[in-house]
Amino acid sequence: MGRYVLRRMLQLVPVFIGATFLIYVLVWALPGDPFAAKCGDRPCPDAYITAMRERFNLDDSVFVQYGKYLLGLLQGDFGETFSGIQVSELIANAYPVTLKLALVALVIEAVIGLTAGVVTGLRPGGYLDNLVLVSTLFLIAIPVFVTGFVLQVTLGLRWGIIDPTVSAQADFSELIVPGFVLGSLSMAYVTRLARTSISENRRSDYVRTAVAKGLRPRRVVGVHLLRNSAIPVITFLGVDLGALMGGAIVTEGIFNIRGIGGLVYRSILTKEGATVTGVVVLLVIVYLLMNLLVDVLYAVLDPRIRYD
Amino acid sequence: MTDPQALGVAGPAAEVSHPTEGARRGGPDRPRSLASDAWHDLRRRPLFLVSMTLIVVLLVLAAFPGLFTSADPNAGLLARSRQPPSAQAWFGYDLLGRDVYARTVYGTRVSIIVGLLATTFTVLIGATMGILAGFYGGWVDGMLSRVADVFFGLPFVLGAIVVLSTFRESVGGAAGITTLVVLTMSALSWPVAMRIMRSAAIAARQQDYVRAARGLGASPFRVIWRHMLPNCLAPVLVYATIALGAFIGAEATLSFLGIGLRDPVVSWGVMISEARDYIRVSPYLLAFPAAFLAVTVLAFVMLGDAVREAFDPKGR
Repeated sequence: MGRYVLRRMLQLVPVFIGATFLIYVLVWALPGDPFAAKCGDRPCPDAYITAMRERFNLDDSVFVQYGKYLLGLLQGDFGETFSGIQVSELIANAYPVTLKLALVALVIEAVIGLTAGVVTGLRPGGYLDNLVLVSTLFLIAIPVFVTGFVLQVTLGLRWGIIDPTVSAQADFSELIVPGFVLGSLSMAYVTRLARTSISENRRSDYVRTAVAKGLRPRRVVGVHLLRNSAIPVITFLGVDLGALMGGAIVTEGIFNIRGIGGLVYRSILTKEGATVTGVVVLLVIVYLLMNLLVDVLYAVLDPRIRYD
Repeated sequence: MTDPQALGVAGPAAEVSHPTEGARRGGPDRPRSLASDAWHDLRRRPLFLVSMTLIVVLLVLAAFPGLFTSADPNAGLLARSRQPPSAQAWFGYDLLGRDVYARTVYGTRVSIIVGLLATTFTVLIGATMGILAGFYGGWVDGMLSRVADVFFGLPFVLGAIVVLSTFRESVGGAAGITTLVVLTMSALSWPVAMRIMRSAAIAARQQDYVRAARGLGASPFRVIWRHMLPNCLAPVLVYATIALGAFIGAEATLSFLGIGLRDPVVSWGVMISEARDYIRVSPYLLAFPAAFLAVTVLAFVMLGDAVREAFDPKGR
């Protein structure tokens, strides 16, 4: 197990370098003057531009620039914006909000998705099964921003049940509806995954044994069946946490949540390269680590799986 | 559906088990091939029939928009700005007084073309890399898989925003920006197709017919092209059908964020993004393109579902 984790960690290194390098080149090394509109209507004075190019290493080749960035990153330094604010500070302000939103979305999709999946998987072909199947199709087909707008306008503006926008504190109660919107697509996947794996495992030998032993149905389903069927769902949920944070831009935009999605979107528009690279690098790290964690969890949950 | 990468994670297509199992369960008189077996099965599925009908209607809309409306989708008249649906204009008029119905009908073409092209590129790149990685194994596999991991590690929406905002200034014209959107979506999605193809190819490589072909001295190209490809294609095609719907939704999301297609291109995403500031006063501006979008994505996802079940011998 330890050797497996170590090998996976080593495999992460080239992937991490590749992904961050790609982003770095896209943000920094392509044509376009980052100081074009920094000084109002006048062109910037040469002294300013020279100083800034010096500070952001823009005169080096892109490989040297990237090397310097990576070196700083390894020491926990995400760089600073053109106006001198530490990127790590910006991220530290925005990140908890997005993490909270992603967690709310994850909990909602796990609870609703698993419940619906278990209920339909136990009775495939029934009325409820078809109803859930059709609603997952609709969840998959309707884009997130449409769901978001519709819920915002009906719940927030017409009926006044929720605030149409989320305040700066972003309490958990305010994040329920945005979390539902963010997690709606994955909820459909969780439901289908759970349904497939429950209805496949329902006929397996260990379930028959458990029933034959005279266990109550609640225990057969809740302990024996659920534990074995939850494995693909947990894999999906783990990988999804990274994807939810990266995909939160749209939801954050609609509900005016001050998370990293909004931060990175604004930074792209104002060409603040350091912030964009910082956020994307962070998301890539989270994504890769979640993938690793899921693979390790796999072996813990299912003793039949052995690495090495 | 806004994130095609999620498809691979959810893996509906990846569950398709090896095709040869299906071939053994052919009809009683003569063994049917997997494809004709699946076709036989498909023709009787209501899901398949409904989705095919929808898709045929959409394709006709895309090919001959002039048959359904005589209004010019780009002719604006400010006097009729944001007029609600009426007998003249079934879907009302938008902010610039353009006929929403005509724009929705004409928007079908761009949305479907973008989806088709993005799927084609994704499958071409992904399938080529995947079958090479699966066939050769070893360091080729290791290298290609790591490259795929790099692209897979970038979050879809975020990656697309970075790529599009970097390049969209330098490409001009409607065709340029459409190509850029298509290429960006394919560049961020091909790893999914590659992984599906790779696992199918690894399974196929162990099969007797591939060993026999190699033993008879067939060149690697011939083994891949004549023996492995036909047997590995089914799962990728299933993925492609579902991904097609996903790409149409993704195009709308990117246009909605203001970095995808833009005027004078008429697409559902562009219409939705134009409508978003007026959604409180004129919700029909959002409702009609969004409904068309949802129905299209739904049709392709349902088709993909039906095809997957038909190709999956476990489901029978």
